Amino acid sequence: MTGFLLRRLALVLPTLFFVSVLIFGLQQLLPGDPATALAGEERDPAVIAFLRQKYHLDQPLPVRYGLWIKGVLQGDLGESIRIRRPVLELVEEKLPVTGELACLALLIAVAIGVPAGILAAVKNNTAVDYGATMAALWGLSIPNFWLGILLILLFSVELGWLPASGFVPPGQSLKQNLLTLIMPAFVLGNAIAAVMMRHTRSAMLQVLGADYVRTARAKGLTERRVVLRHALRNALVPVVTLGALEFGALLSGAVLTEQVFTIPGFGKLIVDAVFNRDYAVVQGVVLCTALAYILLNLLADVAYVLINPRLRS
Amino acid sequence: MTAETIAIIVTEADAGERPWRRALRRLVRRRAALIGLGVVIFFIVIAVAAPLVSPYDPLATNWTLVRKPPSAAHPFGTDEIGRDVLARIIWGSRASLLAGLVSVSLALAVGVPIGLVTGYVGGIVDGTVMRLIDAMLAIPFLILAIALAAFLGPSLSNAMIAIGISQTPIFARLTRGQVLSVKHEDYIEAARALGNPHRRIVLRHIFPNIVPPILVQATLATAAAIIAEASLSFLGLGQQPPDPSWGSMLNTAKNFVSQAPWMSFWPGLAIFGLVLSLNLFGDGLRDALDPRR
Repeated sequence: MTGFLLRRLALVLPTLFFVSVLIFGLQQLLPGDPATALAGEERDPAVIAFLRQKYHLDQPLPVRYGLWIKGVLQGDLGESIRIRRPVLELVEEKLPVTGELACLALLIAVAIGVPAGILAAVKNNTAVDYGATMAALWGLSIPNFWLGILLILLFSVELGWLPASGFVPPGQSLKQNLLTLIMPAFVLGNAIAAVMMRHTRSAMLQVLGADYVRTARAKGLTERRVVLRHALRNALVPVVTLGALEFGALLSGAVLTEQVFTIPGFGKLIVDAVFNRDYAVVQGVVLCTALAYILLNLLADVAYVLINPRLRS
Repeated sequence: MTAETIAIIVTEADAGERPWRRALRRLVRRRAALIGLGVVIFFIVIAVAAPLVSPYDPLATNWTLVRKPPSAAHPFGTDEIGRDVLARIIWGSRASLLAGLVSVSLALAVGVPIGLVTGYVGGIVDGTVMRLIDAMLAIPFLILAIALAAFLGPSLSNAMIAIGISQTPIFARLTRGQVLSVKHEDYIEAARALGNPHRRIVLRHIFPNIVPPILVQATLATAAAIIAEASLSFLGLGQQPPDPSWGSMLNTAKNFVSQAPWMSFWPGLAIFGLVLSLNLFGDGLRDALDPRR
């Protein structure tokens, strides 16, 4: 296990290095003089000169990368040009909002995707299976910002049951918080539910044909017990780790969902930063996203080994 | 004739058949995939023939027709400045299809050669390039596309480049994996033993054998690219107004959900229909090309 962890960590370090190079390199895509671009609307030569000096734009590229990464390692992701606040502070402020949305979405995805996958596998090649498979394909194909608009139309405009937009922190009112998040979480969880359903179905199909399941059936156990106690426990191993791997899809989806429902999270932060040409924020958000993704992948790999006894040895 | 006999005959018929012909025969049997292909062709025809089939100029505004519900004259209704929604859907299909085609072609043109070389050469080149690919894959697809589009500047062509770059690692990874799985096959060893140069082995012996999974991935990636273009345009980073794109139409429409729901219904349905069709076709193609089935 220690050897596996060390090998896995050894792979993470170069990936982290390349992620940092890529994100630093984004700045080089800016057309023309980066200092002028970074200044945004500001055209004051003094500001441009200040920015050129602050970001060491007069230095060679490797030196600039070195200085930038040194700052990043010390927790300095730069400063928002627009609101004059450290990027890390903004990320820390917005992360819990998106985190809550993503957790709720994942919960909904598991609640829909896993039972649907089990049902489709148990009723393989029946109308139930075809229906669930088709529903999953629909879930994967529907643009989540459109689904969001349709749900707002139904539940907010027509029925008036749920608020169309906004966010109430859980500390202020948990009920209002959940009411504002239920629609966006469903929209975000929908595509992940489809992926979960497909994976659970194929894992269950594989397990249901295994010898030990046949033995369980031969012992006279009820079908319900065979499926839930014997088959599902093994089929869930790959599905559990899928949650972490779907993190990227959750964050990508969150950008759009937060835009539709006006939720002040991570996604809204990056979109607003793009329009304000607040490049340090864009870089900071991308860096934090990639770091979180790499970390979660690492944890998923470790969890996979931990819950699968065959891999532990 | 028993079921077993029929199965043997079918298998023997399969064995003597060219792989591509067999795949085509299997594909034709899959109704959902054919429906998908039909819808995709329908959209392509509409996009190409837009000037002929569009009932109105997609940019023509009319202040007497602001947010009019669907009628005989305007079957999909009109938008917030009186433009015909159907005409904008028809012309908007060009942006979506072009984004799908250009970005996937870009990803294929860059990703496949990278995968071929790294998979074949191996060693430090493979290790280094794969870590770079891992780094690109660590940044969620849309976030990377947003960041690239932000730094390149918002426009449809930059959105297509951004989507293409974001999809490149997927093709590089897939191609490399496929090369690794075939490069020690007997027929490759035979080609090597005959003294073929590396370039010929890769291009003439390995590449043709790994095309099917790349083709399937390209179909599914086109669906993903169309959603990504719509997403970027929805965020204002793709097609710029007043030029029509389904994503940017939805961006405007979200401000008029209660007053003019038709403005958001049709562009969303168009994206959904095209993406679902590509996914149906891609799934069918995967099954038809899978030798294990």
